[in-house]
Amino acid sequence: MTTDELRRMAENSTNGCSQKKHCLKVCVAAGCISAGSDRVLEALKSAIEERGLKDDCEVKGVGCLGLCTAGPLMVVEPEGVMYQGVTEADAPAIVKSLGEKPVERLLCPSDMSFFTKQVKIVLENSGEIDPESIEDYIARDGYVALARVLEEMTPQEVIDEITRSGLRGRGGAGYPTGLKWSTVAKAGGSRKFVICNADEGDPGAFMDRSVLESDPHRVLEGMAIAAYAVGATQGYLYVRAEYPLAVKRLRTAIRQAERMGLLGSNICNTTFSFHVDIRLGAGAFVCGEETALIASIEGKRGQPRPRPPYPAEYGLWGYPTLINNVETFANVPPIIRKGGDWFASIGTEKSKGTKVFALAGRVNNTGLIEVPMGITLREIIFDIGGGIPDGGKFKAVQTGGPSGGCVPEQYLDMPVDYESLAKVGSIMGSGGMIVMDETSCMVDVAKFFMDFCVTESCGKCVPCRVGTAQMYELLQRITSGRATLDDLALLEELCDMVKHTSLCGLGQTAPNPVLSTLQYFREEYLAHIVDKQCPAGVCSIR
Amino acid sequence: MDGPVRVKTLKIDDRDVSGREDETILQVARQNGIFIPTLCFLEGLTPIGACRLCLVEVKGVSRLLPACVTRVEEGMEVYTQTERLQKYRRMVLELLFSERNHICSVCVVNGHCELQSMAQILGMTHVSVPYRFPRLPVDASHERFVVDHNRCILCTRCVRVCDEIEGAHTWDVMGRGIDCRVITDLNQPWGESETCTTCGKCVNVCPTGALFEKGRPVSERMKRRRFLPYLTMMREERR
Repeated sequence: MTTDELRRMAENSTNGCSQKKHCLKVCVAAGCISAGSDRVLEALKSAIEERGLKDDCEVKGVGCLGLCTAGPLMVVEPEGVMYQGVTEADAPAIVKSLGEKPVERLLCPSDMSFFTKQVKIVLENSGEIDPESIEDYIARDGYVALARVLEEMTPQEVIDEITRSGLRGRGGAGYPTGLKWSTVAKAGGSRKFVICNADEGDPGAFMDRSVLESDPHRVLEGMAIAAYAVGATQGYLYVRAEYPLAVKRLRTAIRQAERMGLLGSNICNTTFSFHVDIRLGAGAFVCGEETALIASIEGKRGQPRPRPPYPAEYGLWGYPTLINNVETFANVPPIIRKGGDWFASIGTEKSKGTKVFALAGRVNNTGLIEVPMGITLREIIFDIGGGIPDGGKFKAVQTGGPSGGCVPEQYLDMPVDYESLAKVGSIMGSGGMIVMDETSCMVDVAKFFMDFCVTESCGKCVPCRVGTAQMYELLQRITSGRATLDDLALLEELCDMVKHTSLCGLGQTAPNPVLSTLQYFREEYLAHIVDKQCPAGVCSIR
Repeated sequence: MDGPVRVKTLKIDDRDVSGREDETILQVARQNGIFIPTLCFLEGLTPIGACRLCLVEVKGVSRLLPACVTRVEEGMEVYTQTERLQKYRRMVLELLFSERNHICSVCVVNGHCELQSMAQILGMTHVSVPYRFPRLPVDASHERFVVDHNRCILCTRCVRVCDEIEGAHTWDVMGRGIDCRVITDLNQPWGESETCTTCGKCVNVCPTGALFEKGRPVSERMKRRRFLPYLTMMREERR
């Protein structure tokens, strides 16, 4: 397979849709499937057959269309009509309307700012292609970047391009990707590994799942390019077992790519070989930490170890290992295709490109969004998210999951990038964004995340194992109205201690939800402790 | 990478010291009589940096570093006894004491327990966090030894000595976070373990009264650990 052959294939298929008059694209990502989109897909197929339109219409399952709250979603091409909340019973009406006026009651306004304000790079194929078809992916310039890298570029040139793009790790910490790649490339040794971290575990976050379910080939292509750049021949995709659909589609994608010579031995008839295997995580949050993830792949108990040595030097089975997040790898092919400068032109000075967020909580439009770095929180929540439902008042937005913090109203106009979020006590994180209104009690929110950390702590180091349990106990006291001001002081002391003495990122960031709510909503803590009241009416104080 | 071993010079608590490049801050500190507290660390076993007692401050590094696994570097300025570190160390001990049922007065190793003496050395006078009082079992099914989970601090010395020195890997850890527990085989009673060789190494490396030998008076329950440095030395000489 060469770039020319790929181009020819792309021209011949063009999304597999152009040969027919209508193409009905139904979202078959996990969100819509759980709302019944797989049945809608079947119903549409039989309705088309009944009306004898089989030669004119094509029905296909596509990746996530974004607005999960209104699922099941579908699009009718080439008109671009979008329907929401579709059920099996609607299928005949939709098929009947083809070529005529669309079904009014199901219409989803695709010109709303939820769609228009987004900039899609990672998700450019989501909702467009059939995630189980490599032809669809190739039709959208898939694997062109890989072929070009192998034909025209040296590994160093690939790394330079990534460095020029300014791409930073999308897993949360924002480490410069180019720097990470060049570190692994420079590390000596006969074997190297590339690992894709798909152990997404933040409560309310589903970015990686959606990318894997909607566009699995993209991630594989990114991994292969990375492997070429750093000199690895074996890759692992560490996916949590709770994502069966993502795993199934990845397996299909790997098989398809291998069959076409785009993965495996002698990729694109060059000397470069790269094999990818899937490893399933058993649902431990800590296995998203790179050293714990490596231990888990090695078949050991998923526990982190002190760094240094970093995996770039001493990783899987002791060999230099590159670990990047799903979204980071998904950004790689477009950077190679369109150039690092193009990517660097999007975003802010220090945070380039776009970021995928899973918008959830008390907001009208929940779902998956991709926005340029530097967009304000207000734009995300009020324009794209459509504001707070039932006329509620915005209170805070939680980013970064259990490692992040709550950002209050006064920072709504702050640009979303790594540095700004860190400055106000939160983190970019992997992309979970939970909106809260007046009905949320901030102490209760902090308690929820602390409970999460207690159950997800691996138990290796003392501060995280016992400290989180003690902090949870103190928060429990506060929310039940049994706490004193001494307990609050002790809680703050524990936060400081656990943050600075824990072994890995899980423990070091576990106090963040408490610290940030204490910083911005201290009066709520005091209301629970002194007045024995929960202002939001969430906690039952006897 | 073979070649002459390089020597690094550094400062620990404002004292000029030197160490081989493959030595840790803890090793160099001990050679020079500088005390850094440890619990999970034991000479001869792989260090894991889990108890966090040996955390030290290094000038120019924002994070605190575990001395047991951090290699010495040229020009390093290490501080082992700052007020902040002492406070954190006492809190680590307080958390350990609050975690399980550590009641020294009725403990079989009262008087020669590392947790107890560490609390004395570091000046931990009271426990400010609430005691958790978990209900934990005691397994006395083994013919010679007993494991009392009430006194375990999860340092995993038993796990490591059984795996690395004895080669039996009878011990391991199960569960997560606060529910972690050391187990024999696949969580079977110790007495029914098929892999245990009854060598007693785990008992001797255990810093507390969690593992002890039956039928000895409390005053005789000293832990004998001389075998570890000896075995390590022999192993290294054979290489």
